[in-house]
Order: sequence, then structure tokens, then C-alpha cells
Amino acid sequence: MEKLVVIGNGMVGHRLLQALNEGDHTHRWHITVVGEEPRTAYDRVALSSYLEGTSAQDLSLGQVSGPHVHVHTNERVTTIDRTHRTITTHTGRTLPYDRLVLATGSTPFVPPVPGHDLPGCHVYRTIEDLDALAIDARTARTGVVIGGGLLGLEAANALRQLGVKTHVVELAPHLMPTQIDQGAGALLQRLVTDLGVTVHTGSATTTIEPGPDGRAHRILLGDGTHLDTDLVVFSVGIRPRDELARAAHLRLGPRGGVDIDHTCTTSDPTIHAIGEVAHHNGTIYGLIAPGNAMAEVLADRLLGGEATFTGADTSTKLKLLGVDVAGFGDAHANTPGALDVVVNDAAGGRYAKLVLSDDATTLLGGILVGDASAYATLRPLVGHPLPGDPLALISPTGPTTLGTHALPDSAQVCSCNAVTKAHLTCAIDEGAREVAALKSRTRAGTSCGSCVPMLEQILAESGITPSSALCEHFTHSRTELWEIVRSTGITTFSELITSHGTGHGCHVCKPAIASILASQGNGHILTGEQATLQDTNDRYLANLQRNGSYSVVPRIPGGEITPDKLIVIGEVARDFDLYTKITGGQRIDMFGARLEQLPAIWTRLVEAGFESGHAYGKSLRTVKSCVGTTWCRFGVQDSVGLAIRLEERYRGLRSPHKLKAAVSGCARECAEARSKDFGIIATDTGWNLYVGGNGGFTPRHARLLARDLDEDTLIRYIDRFLMFYIRTADRLQRTAPWIESLNEGLDHLRAVIIDDRLGIADDLEAAMAEHVASYTDEWAAVLSDPDKLARFVSFTNAPHTPDPTITFTTTRDQPVPAPTPLGIPTTRPTMETTR
Amino acid sequence: MTTLTPPLTWIDACPAHHLETALGLATLLPDLHQVALFRTHDDHLYAVDNLDPHTGAAVICRGIVGDHAGEPTITSPMLKHVFSLRSGHDLDDHHTHLSTWPVRHHHGMIQIGTTPQGTP
Ligand code: SRM
Ligand SMILES: Cc1cc2nc3c(=O)[nH]c(=O)nc-3n(C[C@H](O)[C@H](O)[C@H](O)COP(=O)(O)OP(=O)(O)OC[C@H]3O[C@@H](n4cnc5c(N)ncnc54)[C@H](O)[C@@H]3O)c2cc1C
Ligand code: SF4
Ligand code: FES
Repeated sequence: MEKLVVIGNGMVGHRLLQALNEGDHTHRWHITVVGEEPRTAYDRVALSSYLEGTSAQDLSLGQVSGPHVHVHTNERVTTIDRTHRTITTHTGRTLPYDRLVLATGSTPFVPPVPGHDLPGCHVYRTIEDLDALAIDARTARTGVVIGGGLLGLEAANALRQLGVKTHVVELAPHLMPTQIDQGAGALLQRLVTDLGVTVHTGSATTTIEPGPDGRAHRILLGDGTHLDTDLVVFSVGIRPRDELARAAHLRLGPRGGVDIDHTCTTSDPTIHAIGEVAHHNGTIYGLIAPGNAMAEVLADRLLGGEATFTGADTSTKLKLLGVDVAGFGDAHANTPGALDVVVNDAAGGRYAKLVLSDDATTLLGGILVGDASAYATLRPLVGHPLPGDPLALISPTGPTTLGTHALPDSAQVCSCNAVTKAHLTCAIDEGAREVAALKSRTRAGTSCGSCVPMLEQILAESGITPSSALCEHFTHSRTELWEIVRSTGITTFSELITSHGTGHGCHVCKPAIASILASQGNGHILTGEQATLQDTNDRYLANLQRNGSYSVVPRIPGGEITPDKLIVIGEVARDFDLYTKITGGQRIDMFGARLEQLPAIWTRLVEAGFESGHAYGKSLRTVKSCVGTTWCRFGVQDSVGLAIRLEERYRGLRSPHKLKAAVSGCARECAEARSKDFGIIATDTGWNLYVGGNGGFTPRHARLLARDLDEDTLIRYIDRFLMFYIRTADRLQRTAPWIESLNEGLDHLRAVIIDDRLGIADDLEAAMAEHVASYTDEWAAVLSDPDKLARFVSFTNAPHTPDPTITFTTTRDQPVPAPTPLGIPTTRPTMETTR
Repeated sequence: MTTLTPPLTWIDACPAHHLETALGLATLLPDLHQVALFRTHDDHLYAVDNLDPHTGAAVICRGIVGDHAGEPTITSPMLKHVFSLRSGHDLDDHHTHLSTWPVRHHHGMIQIGTTPQGTP
């Protein structure tokens, strides 16, 4: 085996590893990767989401592993010895190589103005940079970002979200000078200013002066004015990390960067360079797509292929401070004779420009600001004839009508991963039937995601419609059925299946529709026909156990309980000989109750003031809480009080899947709120609201929806969040995958919940108010209704005879199911078998 | 050769109006066999084993009644296996089945024959 050493475990180095790992079937290479960062490669493009709650774990690109791959983190390469073909690291380790790859990326450029190195000055490139920034932002009121390019605006948005009053200082006459023109820049500046960010264009930073504490405090500008600030973020550009190559006397580009040819080889035939450190044909690319393309080319070459790198698409589409900005192809109309067509709709907040060839037939490039929905369709058309009137294409209604069939086969649909339409149609012919399959087969859509709508379109045009049908009885999705029930006023399953379905239903559609009927307020879930729709847990308001017995979970809001109530639980469990266990949800579960015992058990519990804990329902389970200011010396808010208020507000709310929540009294987060569907963490001045977390099969951390809310606003936002989820989520879809499925994800959620972009906030709140007003305890209602009680019998002909198959043995002093001849079940038809 | 068919004995399960459409009930036979009783939308009566063969729990009567491509079905609440009410077969696993039992409406009562019809 030959030795391949890769310096740098960033995004591009990682792509190289992946490509080699997949393609090196003959085990030609033994690969060692040395990376300086404390962790393996992560998604730097999505770095800003880290400040919104995405964890380092979530950002990780995953480990490439195998017997012939070794990855060292936390280790910096200090020298390359080209004569002996070795590298040495800062720990003194020396590694020999047959081939060496430089994938060292770049560093943020910090201009050498006086004061640039004062405490309080930051850069924005790594997770550690963001950690440092977040700490300073806690005490900062004002922050200045120096540089109004793509990254500068991302940093500005981050500061704004951290609650800091933000300024952007840009030397050029308008924002994002590399990507967009003056007209687009002017509109962008206006949109950004509307968001509360102050923009200073045409301003040079001359000096940063310290305050009395020695930290950066005042920025002097070229025009003699100044800005007072608590922190500074430099984002004026990047410099390739070519220091190793420079010291090893490899040929560099005129402005730095390790010079490579079309095979990604440097002036030393055993050394390659890829990504932001490379200089190719006069260009250093600061984007991920060209880096990935280089990684693919190099992998191919290392495996004996003939691929070449001939330059790459520098198109970009971004959402900066919630404003869409896209530039693609020859956006600046540098091609001789190029024409442009511009729509500048200042009132509507949109700017669109198409750059055309001199005969106005071929699309060369374009810029979109304010609304970049046309980007996905227009970018792949670059270099191809326009399918229609250029003005119509960028008019507000134009591009949505332009289908992917207008694209030639050679059009690059995914520019990040260089995937053409032909690649995609081929993958579809080979059996990829949905977006996820296309993604894993071609990698299209796995980087910036902007091409995903195109993938959906191409699938649709190949005649593949992803089925959202609920089951064989309904062709509608859950969301559609919700709307049908709401708009028609249908109140029973029979009516719905007669008018909108076929057959008599099944275990899939019946509980789903029961849930829809219940969350639109149709009385007790066991009334009339509704009883026949419920899964067994809901049908008997208890959780079915392995041996056919049930468990009983009374509600203990926020986990707070009086000694008297604890004693009642103990007495009931003792008298009915139930196994007891403290659950993971801060309450007590009693197991081993027979069906016919449930009414008697609940009579005792209801008398003592307990009510149903809905452990059986697809509904709110618990709102966990820490002790907060009630006892804890660190607590800053009353987390127990809020948890109880929330649990009592949302109890009994039927939803597409179960809902869990938690409230922590300070940032130490003892209640684990960020692992809940909605989690609330106290701040000095209010509450931060996180959404979309869960444990279970696919753990997810909740992400920040809104910060520093007062209690009433918090509750309004949660009302809207939950109702919006209930109305639009798929069946058995928890909040995290639901948010992911929304176009634009959390941003969209914010737009609906906070900005009320759909104008439905009042309606959502009203629906929740109705739920709160109509809540009654399900168990108390059963106990007072002889018809419902009559169903809690073991046998029709022997109502009080215990089921003879239920027997117990004793384990750790408590009753547990006696082993059955079948043992513990191991097979299950689907993962949906649990409630 | 002659086949000996034991004489069919009918026992009363419950008054007919106790068995609601699509809400199963369990009946205990004298030999401690348990039978799950169902009434479907077309007023048809079905009786199958109450014991779920996959888990050994006596819970079939608590499942959801439905249909699959026109075949009346019952889904076990335990691990959601789907059985035909007509034949007793597990629709996904042809090695497993529920026995079916004779059932009738007789003078206002639902009655069950105490010998299974076996597997058709
Ligand atoms: C009792 C308890 C375990 C314990 O002894 O602590 C428990 C027991 C069951 N869990 Fe759980 N879960 C319990 C806490 C949890 C937790 C932890 C928590 O809530 O803090 C989790 C992970 C957190 C989460 O849900 O995000 C958890 C993740 C699950 C899942 C996976 C959910 C997912 O999204 O992947 C299921 C399966 C499902 O719901 O489809 C499940 C399902 C079940 C069921 C209901 C399975 C069933 O249908 O029989 C279990 C029966 C409960 C019973 O009979 O009472 N249980 N379950 C806990 C009851 C909490 C409560 O007071 O209500
Ligand atoms: C906030 C932010 C947002 C971005 N947004 C976008 C976007 O929307 N679209 C887009 O296309 N691009 C975007 N980018 C740029 C994109 O992240 C980079 O183009 C990409 O990460 C380059 O990959 P790379 O592997 O060349 O460099 P890197 O990802 O920087 O990896 C280089 C690695 O090498 C390590 N290293 C360097 N020297 C040594 C040494 N001597 N020894 C050991 N290890 C070493 C570094 O520590 C680093 O981990 C963004 C970048 C940032 C910071
Ligand atoms: S989260 Fe904070 S307030 Fe709550 S118990 Fe933990 S340390 Fe105390
Ligand atoms: S264009 Fe970025 S992922 Fe496809």
C-alpha cells in the first residue's frame, strides 16, 4: 500500500476522504489525516446555525473510518520535508508519505490596523471562534462587523441574534461587492437596515482604540467619525493557509495560494492541494463547491482516473439576515457585449438582473435580491438558451412556471456537487424514487440545499409523485384531512370515509383521524364511534403491557407533588398489588393493572385529586422542570411555576405524535429542556424558547426560536407553535422532523409564529384557547358514565373473572409478568408498534 | 373411514346489543379458551382466538377493526400484526393464524360454538 497523508480535516479534506473511501476498492492507499482543530470535519457553511442552537455534534460531517484510514485531531503540521518525503507535527510526530495533500483551507484576514489584536476583537471561522464570540456577546450591547461581504453579513446576523446592536462597516460603496452590483447592493442595504443593522458603506477602518478596561472600545473611521463598541468582528476576506507550502518552496499564486494544475497537483508532482488553500488558473475559490470539485478530481486521479479540474461555478445563494441574495454565472456582465435585463422593484423589496449574451439568447448569469426563488431554475440554465422572455422569467410569477423540463441534460442542477440533470435522471431510472434516495445516490442537495426544489421537480416530471396518502383508505395526507374536517365540519370517521375515502378504515387511518377529531374538539375520545378508532391505549386510557395488563400514570405537573398525594399513590399501588417505578418523565408509573381493575384504581386516584397523565395518548406528556428559584441558589426564574402552568394549559391536547416539554431555571439546564419538543430556559430577563428537540430513535437538540420573552408572549408563541404543528404535521411525525420538512425550516417557523407572515396567528391562538377552555379530565368523565364504564370488563360472560393468562412472579420485591412460553417478543412488523 | 365430528355446543356470549360495531369483546369458554368477538359494519359477526400468537397476550379483542383490500381485518394492539377476520390468517406472515370459531345471533343473544372451525 502507498501512503497518503492529508493535512487539514476541513470540509474539502473530508470530501476527499469520503471519495477515496468509496472508490478505493483495491486498497491502494493507506490514508493518514492530520487536522489542527479539536474535532473532525464539520459543516462550516452552516456554522452560523451553531449560535442558534445547532450543536457541534449536529454540524459534524461524520467520521470516515476504515482499517486504512487514520484521523488525528488537535495536531498541527509544522514542516514538510520534500527531500525525505515526511511531514512533522507540533507534537514531534513524523510521518512519511508517498503523496501529500494540502487541504489546509484559509484563515480570516485581519487587517493590520492599530488595535486589531485588542481583547474583544474576533474572527468568524471555527466553532471555537463562535464560542469566544458568544461569551463576549453576553455582556456586549454594541458590536461592529468590519466587512460587508457574504461572511460579514452572516456575522452581523449572528450578533443581532445574540441580542447585540450591530453595525457593519464596508470599505466598498455597497454591500457584497464581489457578488452583486450597485443596484442590488442598495436594495440589500435598505432591507438590512430595516432589520436594525446600521450599515456604513465607503468607510475605512483606521484605528481601534481600547477603553479603560483595555478592551476594544472605539473604531475610528476614514472620514474622521467614530463608532463606540463593545466588540469587533473582522470579516474582510480570507487568506489561504499556504505557510507550509511557502516554507517548502512550492510554487504559489501571485496573491498567495498553492498553485495547482488541472489535476490538482502542485509544482511538486507528489504534492497536491485542494480547497481554499489552492490557487488555480488565477483564482482562489472561497466557496465549498469548487473545493468539493477539486476533491473529487484528486480522488479520481489518485485512483488512476483522468478527471480534470477546469474551474468551478461560483454561484451563491444565501439567506442573509432573512434576506435572499443570489448571484450566479457572470453576474457582473464581464463578458464582452453582454446585455442585462433588470427588474428593480424597490417598493416590493425585489431586485433581479439577468445577464445575456450579445444576441440576447443565452443566459450568462444574474443577481437576485429579496426573492431568490428563481435561483434554482435559473442557475442551471447558465450557458444555455433562455426558454422564454427574459423579463417574464424574473417577474414575480415567472420562474415558478418554468419546469425542469426546460433544462438540457448537461445543465448542472446541483452546483455544490456538480450534479447534472442527466446524472439525476439516470439515478431515477436506476430506482431512486424520492429526494432522500437522490441525495444519497448523487450527493445532489447535500450541501447548501438550494437545489432541493429542483430535485423534487425532476422527480415529479419523471412521473414520480411522493405519496402522502395516509393509507389504502385515504389518498389524502394528514394535513389535507385536517383541512377537510375543519372546512366541512365533519365530526365522525364514518362521514369522512364515506365522503373522502374508501373501505372501512384500518389501524393507520382510524387513530390518525381520531386525533384530528379530538384536536378539533369533538368531546370525550370514547364517545360514540370515536371509541372504535382508538388504539388500545387510548381505548382504555392506560398503557398496554407485554402480558395484556395495563400501566397507570397519574399526572404530576412539573414533577411537583405533596407528601399526601405520594402516600395515596403508594396506598393504591399496595392495595392493587401494582409494580411502581419512577419514570423518566418525573412522575410515577404503576404497572400490572388488569383491565377490569382500572375503574376502581382511578376512582381512588380521582378522589385524591389526580387526573389522567395521558401517558397513553399522542398528546402532551409531561412538562419536566428543575427546582429553579423555588430552591436553587442559581435559579433566575420560577421554572416549577411555569412548568405547572404549561402542563395544565396543554394537558389533553391531541397531536400528531406525543409532545414533551421542559423548563429550566437557568442556563445550567437541569431539566434538559433542549431535548424536548418545546423547551424553555430562563434568562435574567425572561425566557428563551427552544423547539424541535427529542430523545428517542433519532435524538435532536431543540433550536432557539425566540429569546428573552416575557411569560405572556412565551405562551402565545407556544400556543401558535403547537397549533401550527397539529394542523400541518404528518401522522406520527414529531416536531423535529416536521420543522425539517418545512420549506426553510426554522426560518419559516419564525415567520409564521413571530412575524405572523401567514396571518393565522390569531386563529391558532383562538384554537388553543378553545382547547384550554374545553379541557376535562378523561378519567373522571369515564367514571361518571355507565356506558363507558361498562367496557372495562374482562369477559362478556364473566365480567369480573381475571384473564387467566395474566400471571405474575416477584422480582426485586415487586410483581412482574410471569415469563410466557413465547418469551419476550423480538419481532415487530414496523417501528410504529408502540403508541 | 369415517371422520368423527364432535357435536357443536353453543354457549351464550352476551346479549346481542352489547356487541357494538367495530368494538371487540372477549368471551371465556368453559375450557378457558378465550374468543374475541366482532361485529363489522355490514353487521357480520366474527369470532377468532383472543390470544395473540405473536406475543401470547390475550388482547386481540382490543385491536382495531378495519379492512384490507376488501378483506375484513383485526389488528393486534400488541405489535400491530394484521389478521383476516374471515380466515384468521396473519396477512404478513402466512405461518401464523388465529383459529376461527362458529358464531351466531340466536334469540337476542350472541352465541359461540365451543369447537373451533380450525384453519381453513
Ligand atoms: C415509563 C417510561 C420509561 C420509564 O420507566 O421511565 C416510558 C415507557 C414507554 N415509552 Fe418512553 N417512556 C418514558 C419516557 C421516555 C423518554 C424520556 C422522557 O420523556 O424524558 C423518552 C425519550 C424522550 C423523547 O420521547 O423525546 C421516551 C421515548 C419513547 C419512544 C421514542 C420516541 C421517539 O420519538 O423516537 C417511544 C415510542 C413511540 O412513542 O413511538 C416510547 C414509548 C414508550 C411506551 C409507551 C411503549 C408502549 O407503548 O408500551 C412505554 C410504555 C409506558 C407505560 O406503559 O407506562 N418512548 N420515553 C417513561 C414514561 C415517562 C412519563 O412519565 O410519561
Ligand atoms: C461562517 C462561514 C459561512 C460560509 N458559508 C458558505 C456558503 O454559504 N457557501 C459556500 O460555498 N461556502 C461558504 N463558506 C466557505 C466554506 O466553508 C469553505 O469554502 C470550506 O470550508 C473550505 O474547505 P477547506 O477544507 O478548503 O477549508 P477548511 O474547512 O477551513 O479546512 C481546513 C482545515 O485545515 C486545518 N489546518 C490548516 N493548517 C493546518 C496544519 N498546518 N496542520 C493541520 N491542520 C491544518 C484547519 O484547522 C481546518 O480545519 C463559509 C465559511 C464560513 C466560515
Ligand atoms: S437549571 Fe439552574 S435553576 Fe434549575 S436546578 Fe439547574 S442550576 Fe438550578
Ligand atoms: S446546489 Fe448546493 S446542495 Fe445542490
